[in-house]
Amino acid sequence: MQTHILTVTQLTYQIKNLLEGTFPDVWVEGEISNLTVPQSGHAYFTIKDERCQIKAVLFRSSQQHLKFTLQHGMQVICRGRVSVYDPRGEYQIIVEYVEPKGVGALQKAFEELKTRLEREGLFSLDRKKALPALPRRIGIVTSPTGAAIRDILRVIKRRHPGMSMLIYPVPVQGPESAPAIVEAIGFFNREKNVDVMIVGRGGGSLEDLWAFNEESVARAIYGSQIPVISAVGHETDYTIADFVADLRAPTPSAAAEMVVESEEHLRELIRSLASRLTMSIRQELEHRRDTVQHAARLLADPRTRLEHYSQRVDELLARLVMGLKHPVRRDRALLTSLTGALDHLNPLAILARGYSVTRTIPAMTIVKDASEVRSGEMLSTKLHKGEVISRAQ
Amino acid sequence: MAEKKFEASLSRLEEIVAELEGGELPLEQSLKLFEEGIKLVRICNVRLKEAERKVEILLKDKAGKMTTKPFEEEEG
Repeated sequence: MQTHILTVTQLTYQIKNLLEGTFPDVWVEGEISNLTVPQSGHAYFTIKDERCQIKAVLFRSSQQHLKFTLQHGMQVICRGRVSVYDPRGEYQIIVEYVEPKGVGALQKAFEELKTRLEREGLFSLDRKKALPALPRRIGIVTSPTGAAIRDILRVIKRRHPGMSMLIYPVPVQGPESAPAIVEAIGFFNREKNVDVMIVGRGGGSLEDLWAFNEESVARAIYGSQIPVISAVGHETDYTIADFVADLRAPTPSAAAEMVVESEEHLRELIRSLASRLTMSIRQELEHRRDTVQHAARLLADPRTRLEHYSQRVDELLARLVMGLKHPVRRDRALLTSLTGALDHLNPLAILARGYSVTRTIPAMTIVKDASEVRSGEMLSTKLHKGEVISRAQ
Repeated sequence: MAEKKFEASLSRLEEIVAELEGGELPLEQSLKLFEEGIKLVRICNVRLKEAERKVEILLKDKAGKMTTKPFEEEEG
């Protein structure tokens, strides 16, 4: 029997072909141990279970998708290919994808980052900035082609037709997304050419939305002097960006509703304030005018003045009559002043000038015509001072 | 664009209206406040009217400088 003798290399190559041909794409789960990451950045470790272990390598280039840190003792699921390392005759699995067992890798990374940033204070409410009531221009950081931009523009135009908007186009998924979003937020902060910005995209898988869970994006939002509204995916999607943003909108359309009060509402608000303003001043002025007019009426109305004087005349007359009835009890000076005041009214005043009034006794009718007096009739003549009783002849 | 004139004007206007409606002020002060209020109403209305109605998109030119151009949406 002919014995075929192989060289080491030949054997190794046959094993290599066999193994690599049989296991070009496998999934394996186990626990990480003996983890080392030398200068090269490649991660070397073994994956083991209770009985066996297999060497594994995760090259640096394959670590870009990795959203968590490999750790000793971690239970993982790896996907990769089996490879033989010729110089040492060792086989290993070249891992292309790895995720923690149990929780999805992204989910785990999300929780890790969220906990860390929260602890650092990036989500604290007192750091949130108030949105302007009427921004002069709204910045929009999203893809220029997605449904998100269409929704945002449509809603803002409906609510506030005059609003100006500036779109900073960014890819919203893939490795270029996060740096572009960071750059966009930085741009608006440098230029200060918008008063508020919406940063977002439409719905997608956790992986699609990943840019909005990147630490760099979170820090850019946190550092923004201009208020940021996050608008990522659907109601149920929460991203790190949502926690850091000054306001989280459940969807891009909702962000457009939140970013500015409707023009009609603002107009109505100002209209009502203006009318309350004029109404209150008018009421006040009317009230004051009424008071003044009341006083003015009392002073200026000629009828009022007449009443006022006639009342005074009545009063003076009453006092005069008193004085006439009880001359001795009256103070002469007072009487003189009273009668003086009434000169123009009192017919008796002419007596002082020498006229007299003659009346018949006892009827006391005033005698105006001599033919009215019968011979022998008794007469009373009132003089300026005193009275003369006489008989007619 | 840091100016917050609209908010400030609006909240001052609300303050003034409340004070006037309180009606406890001397006439001279009421008139002064009224005058200020009317000015604020005018400022707010001007701000509402001065809207540019422009929707623009940023583009990076060959030199890496950002420029703007009108954003044309495909309708529908």
